Amino acid sequence: MTPDIKGFLLVSVLRILFVFTLVMVGVIIVIWVERRGSAFLQDRLGPNRVGPFGLLQNIADGLKNIMKEETWPAQADRLLFLLAPALSFVPSMLLFAVIPFAAPLPPFDFTLPLLGQFTYGGPIPMVVADLPVGFLFILAFSSLAVYGIVLAGWSSNSKYAFLGAMRASAQMISYEIALGMSLVVVLLLTGNVTLSSVIAVQQETTWFVFAATLAFMIFHVAAFAETNRLPFDLAEAEAELVTGFHTEYSSMKFSMFFIAEYAALITMSALLATFFFGGWDIPFTAWDEQVRQTWSLGAIMQFLLTHAAFFVKMAVFVWIYIWVRWTLPRFRFDQLMHLGWKVLLPTALVYIVTMATAVLVLDSLTVPHDWRYGMILFAVNIPLVIGFLFGLDRGRLLTGAQEPVQVER
Amino acid sequence: MAIGVKVMTRPGQEVSYLRAALRGMALTFGHLFRPAVTMQYPEEKSAADWTISPRWRGTHRMLTDEQGRAKCVACGLCPQICPANCINLVPGEDEQGNRYPLIYEIDEFRCVFCGYCQEVCPEEAIHVGVHYENAEYDRDRFVYDLERLCAQTHPVSTLWDPSDPKGE
Repeated sequence: MTPDIKGFLLVSVLRILFVFTLVMVGVIIVIWVERRGSAFLQDRLGPNRVGPFGLLQNIADGLKNIMKEETWPAQADRLLFLLAPALSFVPSMLLFAVIPFAAPLPPFDFTLPLLGQFTYGGPIPMVVADLPVGFLFILAFSSLAVYGIVLAGWSSNSKYAFLGAMRASAQMISYEIALGMSLVVVLLLTGNVTLSSVIAVQQETTWFVFAATLAFMIFHVAAFAETNRLPFDLAEAEAELVTGFHTEYSSMKFSMFFIAEYAALITMSALLATFFFGGWDIPFTAWDEQVRQTWSLGAIMQFLLTHAAFFVKMAVFVWIYIWVRWTLPRFRFDQLMHLGWKVLLPTALVYIVTMATAVLVLDSLTVPHDWRYGMILFAVNIPLVIGFLFGLDRGRLLTGAQEPVQVER
Repeated sequence: MAIGVKVMTRPGQEVSYLRAALRGMALTFGHLFRPAVTMQYPEEKSAADWTISPRWRGTHRMLTDEQGRAKCVACGLCPQICPANCINLVPGEDEQGNRYPLIYEIDEFRCVFCGYCQEVCPEEAIHVGVHYENAEYDRDRFVYDLERLCAQTHPVSTLWDPSDPKGE
């Protein structure tokens, strides 16, 4: 093997291990935050017995679930029943492969006693796979998540599970469109489909939360629906459908769904941070953006601090997810469809046209591609957001319960 | 409506989901900083604003006299009145003609904790107790014999409020 290939393999394996560990440990911590956070939101304490502050509670629960009996519903499709938990778990892990999580590290060239020379030319991007089609990869794999849920519901051969799966498929397909449409604006602004360049453009101009505020709002709502979190958890709906698509699952197979849900939550938060909040960008400094060619304390600090910035942004969104979950009640199915098809999708389409026009005008006026560019777009966004919120608030776009039909008796 | 159906006035078209949702978010966020009302049970068993009621009817206790003998005179009223039929009493008589229980057993699994035994007892011997931690390793351990009943130390139930005996 040439030193180049060895260096590439080393970097790839380390990055895969890093991201996998990040997500798995993240899942444990997020579940803990969810349980403790929901408890605090409800004036309770939550699990606080196992380990410091109850941090090891999830490990204890995982151990319990491994020990538990696996049940196989008599009429279940064995193969799909077994496959479904894995299918729902894998896409959310795969999505993280294209998300850059820190500033690039400098190249290296070193020799180990037995293994020989390792080299890596150019800065090492801190992303598992810096795909040129990262954006399309995200759309493809976030759609794939619905397969796990639908197969789980269908293969269980149980009515509750099936109803949950039906709802999930309708919901996730509906919101997938709004999700993709809102990201088109990000594409317009970036002019590229790589997530690294999405971050680079945000460093150059402004965060896209300013340049594409409405896209952020639509994406955020659609992301709730995509992860099947309250107020969009119709697939689970424990009050109506027991637990929906995973009703028939027990022990570790159930745990896989549970982990998948939180992995998806983390991934969606990371995507929100990447698309709209500059990824690993530290605001108001250019220090974090310099590309270093030699290893130094500065390079390592740059990696650590940008990673911390990414982590903080992600954590904020994770918390918002949890906060919303323990506040809002579930949508009714017709309200869900109404919001997806009649509100988010048309808004996203109108928004694409508006933003495309704005970008075209700005480019033809040769506005410099720096913070002014973003701020002008923000100024375009403000009336759009106000109009959208006004429409929502007046109940024209999203209505509550209709007047009941009066029946004469 | 003819048949007394309660018709809810539901908010119609004009209701704002957005504002209600934001208000809800603010409310839950406010609760984040309130102290938890949780009582951490095995460590704390009563809090400033909550103690177990003195009228709680839990597992039984037999009171004893100065010599440490059960106050029970084996009159047979408690097994007679017991609706769950959980008291097993075999009376005995000593040389002076005093009646005492040879066997006095209460099956705490069958007991419905009505407190009639305490109420009917002329000697104020058998009582239901203010006690709720009854875990055992063995089902047989839930048949309390006389020795065990006498050995209980938890407080006994007052059954009624002394200041308001008729429950008015």
